[in-house]
Amino acid sequence: MKSIIEYISGIYRGLRSLLIGMSVTGKYFFSPRAIVTQQYPENRHGHGKRSKKQLVMFDRFKGEVVMPHDANNQHKCTGCGICEINCPNGTIEIISVSKVGEDGKKKRAIEKHIYRLGMCSFCALCVKTCPSKALEFSQEFEHAVFDRTKLVKVLNKPGSSLMKGVE
Amino acid sequence: MTEEISSVVEVDDQEYIINFGPQHPSTHGVLRFVVNLRGEVVKNLQPHIGYIHRGIEKMCEKLTYQQIIHLTDRMDYLSAHMNNEAVCLCVEKALDIEVPERVKYVRTILDELNRIASHQLWWCSFGMDMGGQTCYFYGLRDREKILDIFEETCGGRLLLSYNTPGGLMWDIHPNFQQRIKDFIKYFRKKLPEYDKILTGNVILQERTKGIGHLSLEDAISYGVTGPTARASGFSCDVRKNYPYSAYDKVDFKEILYTEGDTFHRYLARMEEMRESMKILEQLVDNIPAGDFTAKMKPVVKLPEGEYFQRVETSRGELGVYIISKGDKFPYRIKFRSPNFCNLATMNLMASGFKIADLIAISGSMDLVIPDIDR
Ligand code: SF4
Ligand code: SF4
Repeated sequence: MKSIIEYISGIYRGLRSLLIGMSVTGKYFFSPRAIVTQQYPENRHGHGKRSKKQLVMFDRFKGEVVMPHDANNQHKCTGCGICEINCPNGTIEIISVSKVGEDGKKKRAIEKHIYRLGMCSFCALCVKTCPSKALEFSQEFEHAVFDRTKLVKVLNKPGSSLMKGVE
Repeated sequence: MTEEISSVVEVDDQEYIINFGPQHPSTHGVLRFVVNLRGEVVKNLQPHIGYIHRGIEKMCEKLTYQQIIHLTDRMDYLSAHMNNEAVCLCVEKALDIEVPERVKYVRTILDELNRIASHQLWWCSFGMDMGGQTCYFYGLRDREKILDIFEETCGGRLLLSYNTPGGLMWDIHPNFQQRIKDFIKYFRKKLPEYDKILTGNVILQERTKGIGHLSLEDAISYGVTGPTARASGFSCDVRKNYPYSAYDKVDFKEILYTEGDTFHRYLARMEEMRESMKILEQLVDNIPAGDFTAKMKPVVKLPEGEYFQRVETSRGELGVYIISKGDKFPYRIKFRSPNFCNLATMNLMASGFKIADLIAISGSMDLVIPDIDR
């Protein structure tokens, strides 16, 4: 007799626990406002039909390293090579040339600031240690390409020059 | 392979050997168990590791102390911030630097956020191992809130690289405190849902109570740490016993159980989330003003000697041992990872139970494979 009561109360307790669990899932099933799923490719530009939020990355998000240029196509990189030394993966390669400046002195300037996105581990050491703050992170995160060579980027734009006043 | 195993373990003609992993979804990574079975019952189990060995310790010998940090992210990726902190604390100890109070507070807060995020992900995957796919969505929904806090302040979501020897990479974001307060308010409401969905569930209870028992003696002699050991009654919380950062200023309870079975390992982690929230509440309003980093030379050179520092990650005790010859690179660096030691008890716990229980047991250990292999 005792075992029968235990058996039945066991079934009751089991069913009750399942119903408690299902009450939570049921609550969300019937309240569409609680949906947190974002429709990814649609919400990129914020005009997808079902997208609730526009996908905006935070300002500090480490997407990829870029070198900002101003309207005159000038950047702040002096070609000192500190970022190259600090990078743990050998992601950055600086190819510099020495140019004769306006005052007649020889000066180092970059020819190419090569950045291999495929090897970057987003540790932010290059951005942090650059003495002239020439680098920063962009919020771009869609890095997939069909060809590996596309991941090797030259950060300084063609024809760009050093900003005035940056040593 | 059969010869290799049978030379170690006696296999009679009633037993057979199967490979569990390395591509099995419930090993959560590339881990291989070689399991001796008699019928459905596990007789012996040998973990085979090394599928994701990257030689992090060796790589560190050619990197400066600032550069090492980003590699420690990739060991136990779910406790990235604690791993970073371990190396930083060790370097600071060696150089005898006192970091500003602000740094200590922010580090502690991020530790606890990281712990909650890690336990949330563990809860999802444990639920899924037990056959409850629903858990995954609830856990990840709440974890997303923490990842947003990380993303806003640190710039990374999983691999933070926010610590640097001497302090932090940059100051916290102005929204940091408000977001944490919102999260605590939100998560206090959502945590009871976890209990309703999984903890009280009859299937989970039947499958975990009394399964995979680990005694206190074994926990100590195998060097098990973290919630796994605390469920067996081994008081091993580094935060409590050897406080670092701001843990000496907060009041929290060390979760201890004596049963040591799978269900209590589960409960220990659930309770830890509540304790972590308590710690966050005590710290979040009191972050002192000040610098976010101590004054450091650009090239960090440790004086000759040997240094050791341990921290409590979400899975147990992580030790960092540095031998320096006075260079800017460590001569040798050794990580004592919690998962490696915890894994050693698998045979002990799983022997005598069914193969389905093996999944419950390995799920309750919360193994992160890259931390085992490094
Ligand atoms: S980006 Fe900065 S650190 Fe790198 S070479 Fe240019 S100026 Fe130097
Ligand atoms: S973020 Fe780190 S890995 Fe990437 S280029 Fe900069 S220093 Fe190198």
